[in-house]
Amino acid sequence: MTRQMTGAEMVIQALIDQGVDTIFGYPGGAVLPIYDEIFQQDKINHILVRHEQGAGHAAEGYARSTGKPGVVLVTSGPGATNMVTALTDALMDSIPMVCITGQVPTHLIGTDGFQECDTVGITRPCTKHNWLVQRIEDLPKILHEAFRIATTGRPGPVVVDIPKNIQFQTGTYANFKDQAQTQYKPRVKGDDTAIREAVALMAAAKKPVLYTGGGVVNAGPAASRLLRELVKLTNMPITSTLMGLGAYPASGPNWLGMLGMHGTYEANLAMHDCDVMVCIGARFDDRITGRIDAFSPTSKKIHIDIDPSSINKNVRVDIPIVGDVGYVLEDMIKVWKETQPVQDRAAMTAWWQQVSVWKAKKCLAYRKNADVIMPQYAVERLYQLTKGHDTYITTEVGQHQMWAAQYFGFEEPNRWMTSGGLGTMGYGLPAALGVQIAHPDALVIDIAGDASVQMNIQEMSTAIQYEAPIKVFILNNQYMGMVRQWQQLLHGNRLSHSYTEAMPDFVKLAEAYGAVGIKAERPDELDDAIEEMIRVKRPVIFDCRVANLANCFPMIPSGKAHNEMLLGDASDDEIDTAIGSSGKMLV
Amino acid sequence: MMIVAGQSQSAYFLEETSTVAETHTLSVLVDNEPGVLARVIGLFSGRGYNIESLTVSEVEHEKHLSRITVVTTGTPQVITQIMNQLGRLVPVHRVVNLTKMGEAIERELALVKVAGKGEHRVEALRLAQAFEARTVDATLESFVFELTGTPADIDRFVNLMTECGLVEVARTGLAALARGKMGM
Ligand SMILES: Cc1ncc(C[n+]2csc(CCOP(=O)(O)OP(=O)(O)O)c2C)c(N)n1
Ligand SMILES: [Mg+2]
Repeated sequence: MTRQMTGAEMVIQALIDQGVDTIFGYPGGAVLPIYDEIFQQDKINHILVRHEQGAGHAAEGYARSTGKPGVVLVTSGPGATNMVTALTDALMDSIPMVCITGQVPTHLIGTDGFQECDTVGITRPCTKHNWLVQRIEDLPKILHEAFRIATTGRPGPVVVDIPKNIQFQTGTYANFKDQAQTQYKPRVKGDDTAIREAVALMAAAKKPVLYTGGGVVNAGPAASRLLRELVKLTNMPITSTLMGLGAYPASGPNWLGMLGMHGTYEANLAMHDCDVMVCIGARFDDRITGRIDAFSPTSKKIHIDIDPSSINKNVRVDIPIVGDVGYVLEDMIKVWKETQPVQDRAAMTAWWQQVSVWKAKKCLAYRKNADVIMPQYAVERLYQLTKGHDTYITTEVGQHQMWAAQYFGFEEPNRWMTSGGLGTMGYGLPAALGVQIAHPDALVIDIAGDASVQMNIQEMSTAIQYEAPIKVFILNNQYMGMVRQWQQLLHGNRLSHSYTEAMPDFVKLAEAYGAVGIKAERPDELDDAIEEMIRVKRPVIFDCRVANLANCFPMIPSGKAHNEMLLGDASDDEIDTAIGSSGKMLV
Repeated sequence: MMIVAGQSQSAYFLEETSTVAETHTLSVLVDNEPGVLARVIGLFSGRGYNIESLTVSEVEHEKHLSRITVVTTGTPQVITQIMNQLGRLVPVHRVVNLTKMGEAIERELALVKVAGKGEHRVEALRLAQAFEARTVDATLESFVFELTGTPADIDRFVNLMTECGLVEVARTGLAALARGKMGM
């Protein structure tokens, strides 16, 4: 069915046809026709943010917690440039996002018109694809293709830049949902021969490990179920990247904890010593591999990834399988069941014994303190006291993010939203807002740092407006803790500009926004305060004063191998010399 | 495993890899749409790949297809990565490594301007004949020659012309196709 309508109407109609119910946005001159359409309808709920970057991260939180694309609408020029960080963040973490930007009218493009910027030029490297719509005839196809490209294959952000005159023009609209307009067609099914080879290699393994990532979460809840089945079938130990937490439950018997720079001792040593590594929806990022030439030197590697360019990019693998994690896991399980391989029981028992020796190190142990809240303790208590609630966690970036990953246990996918690839301070608060909008009755907590939270604090106002009862739980150490930790490790403890001076009173700040402010300073008052935070059905800023100089361990210093980790009980001397001069060059 | 101690595969340690860089010619079939060349060039500059030569032109008008021929250098692993990264671009239909497919046909066109009198002028004309270059412009004091050949042929010709009053050169960059009956 086709209909005549204006470009602005087409935008709304396409969103409706795509099943979009919520968009995050901020108006301006170049999108006024679209805002006028929003005003005259009630199918799409528009959330007015306070800064376009906030809209972007809110859309990411919405997307990651629902599996649906996040949709953003912003104006030309500064509206578009304010989105760049969120687009880059979504690209790095493979989050499906459709961002619609207004543009000056076509006849003004190139004249340095008011609020003109080269949006497609600026966003080209930070989107999966983008379009400048030059003719009304193209608009319906581009809008629907934008959704197809954002959500299929390796998900990512796209931008559709629509000049204002095209929003006013009338044209013919048709619903092109799921109808390919370009030759883009990602491969989802894995190669059968490769899958069979992989299963045979896995079955013969004496010291296997599953290394999973955000790709499992992106492949949908079914993929996480299949992953759990595969673990049961093979009894392999399993670890995950920061992005993949929750795909396998933290309470599961085969769980090793997170791996990588701040991963557990057992996860990193299992990666180092294994003979077969099965990488599922992860990409051998430098935070994971540590020193690459010493990365898992004796293993054969299987790599399942939907993006062919991830394969052999950083690490050479023996069996690459290009495909959607869900499809490939299903086939692997089928082949495993059909071939009924006999595993080396003795070797597997010995391997698990080795794992328990590593686990006995208790690498996440820390010194408790009766007077000062240790940040690890705060996360542990938060985890214990929120059990049984319908909880979603977002984070900012820094030590608190790593402590959240280490001490909060995730049982299900889509419950953990964090900025992994880009490491964007200011992500967590707007992301929590997006999650809360998607799940109004859930308990949504941003585990925040005192510095990060100030980067998008203005979105508290949005939370108030939409009665989104997000909880901003600040591990307030009065430092940019992660920066301070690196300065201690690398720069002779010269704490250049990492002390957060002139810190606001977060309780008063909460109250100024119309939210609830809670403060806890001593371990013995923490539980009550957390319970109060959970009870309050309004937005909360929780100022949790924690030990100022705690460091985040374990840690693989930059340029070091997995078996060269620093543990929590490492002496200060050891810390000061832990990173060599070549490691200092790395980030 | 191929990983040898001290021979890092990391993007961080690429300069330490001992694998030698090779020169490859890639043929990339793309939708002829605005910005497609910017996407390809942006990918090369953004990820630190080399472009030695790049040509682009529409090759199938009805299908709006252009062919980009790009000559690049890198270790075999980097070349594979470049091909995969190109493959990720939405308007890219196919990427073929012509160098890997055997000896591709590679041609370039150059316009070479020389100016001079007397012996130089005679020598320039003689060399042009020897290289089967066409004279496309002539004045009493100058010539413009048109030469088609492999990049090496053109290099050689241009080098000789420096002795005969070379003024300036324009080169098209490489056009290349695989041998045999199959298309890409
Ligand atoms: C936008 C942005 N700017 C700078 C950084 C670098 N950076 C990483 S962690 C960090 C400090 C974060 O401090 P805080 O939010 O207080 O967290 P803490 O480490 O103290 O838990 C900084 C500045 C970043 N990741 N993002
Ligand atoms: Mg801090």
